[in-house]
Amino acid sequence: MIKTDIIIVGAGPVGLFTVFEAGLLKLRCHLVDSLPIVGGQLAEIYPKKPIYDIPGYPSVLAGELVDNLMKQIEPFNPEFTLGERAEKLERLENNHFQLTTNKGTVLEAPVVAIAGGLGCFEPRKPPISNIADFEDKGVEYIIRDPELYRDKRVVIAGGGDSALDWTIFLAEVASEVTLVHRRTQFRGALDSVEKVMALSESGKIKLLTESQVVGLTGNGHLDAVKIKHSKEGEKEKETDHFIPLFGLSPKLGPIGEWGLNITKNAIEVDTLDYQTNVPGIFAIGDINTYEGKLKLILCGFHEATLMCQSAFKIINPDKKLSFKYTTVTGVDGF
Amino acid sequence: MSKNQLNSMKELINITVIDRKGEKHSLEAPTDMNMNLMEVCKAYELPVEGTCGGMALCSTCHCYVESDHELPEASDAEEDMMDQAFFVESNSRLGCQVRIVEDLDGLVVKLAPEAG
Repeated sequence: MIKTDIIIVGAGPVGLFTVFEAGLLKLRCHLVDSLPIVGGQLAEIYPKKPIYDIPGYPSVLAGELVDNLMKQIEPFNPEFTLGERAEKLERLENNHFQLTTNKGTVLEAPVVAIAGGLGCFEPRKPPISNIADFEDKGVEYIIRDPELYRDKRVVIAGGGDSALDWTIFLAEVASEVTLVHRRTQFRGALDSVEKVMALSESGKIKLLTESQVVGLTGNGHLDAVKIKHSKEGEKEKETDHFIPLFGLSPKLGPIGEWGLNITKNAIEVDTLDYQTNVPGIFAIGDINTYEGKLKLILCGFHEATLMCQSAFKIINPDKKLSFKYTTVTGVDGF
Repeated sequence: MSKNQLNSMKELINITVIDRKGEKHSLEAPTDMNMNLMEVCKAYELPVEGTCGGMALCSTCHCYVESDHELPEASDAEEDMMDQAFFVESNSRLGCQVRIVEDLDGLVVKLAPEAG
């Protein structure tokens, strides 16, 4: 059991900055994120994109902003549980919250700040009607153990780096690798594209372009995929595994089941302190909604700052909170 | 943005958006505000998420161009994102990459199905 003052769900920019504002009030934080890295969307979706509306930065790359935030919060020694999804949130008898992740990590704190952005990033699943029937029975969206595919027939779908990289890797492991891609060109690193082309020319893999996997058949386990070519129509291909690699997309996920008031995939909050309908649970950044809400990083920073004031009062009901400027007191870590 | 507010602006074009239930919506869009099709749909509260904010980094504004307007070719970024989208057809575009310009007056688009 990990104990802290504030459990922050989501290690994106707003979650990270919360550590700073909490730290100024001597509150400790533990962050949980389903991604294995910090930075949320900034790290996962657009690390190389410049952001122009962070006060004081005419332009800053999203990835750099995350690095800077990590440096800024360093004095406050935040703890991280990364690569685990916040799954269950319960209130304990002592009025604290207990958060359990999908991997069984348990945390306890008097305050929870949900800075979950767009939700958890999960693999995009192709819209094939019976795909759920074959999940872990031949269909895998993430390759956890490449040995699973040794001497097996594998169909990979997608045109990005992960599809290319796994095609190259599994060419040496699987008995047969087929890469199915919607277009004739590939995005992704040129080096990987060239390798895949060479593997295709030498017959080590099969490359099916202008094609999509549109159907799955099997009895208890996947037996074959139906592949549709944009001009030549459909044909069936026998296989042991189908690995669709279409990137990640965000889903609200388990947060939707924590008893919070939700409108259009966002958590309703009181703009006084961004507290939800459950006292002690706050929601800040892109995941919350209120009249006039703007999904901007800088607004999330403001929300985090006000939220910490209320969090302090919940955590220290008998202490008086005196407001201090960092220019006067500096940053006193712990 | 309400329809009245949009009407008060100059340089309006008309766009028809067919939603996922097949219902047609006539929208008026200003050409002088550097808007894109995703933003116009959102302004009219049509069911378009625009999750990434218009960076061609999600595909929640995926739509089909149903009229014979000639749109500028899709950028590499848009094509790359299409590789991760589903239900992609030859007339598929990302709404966020379609800039509202005069030539698009009378444009008809259909929203693509929502996907995983």
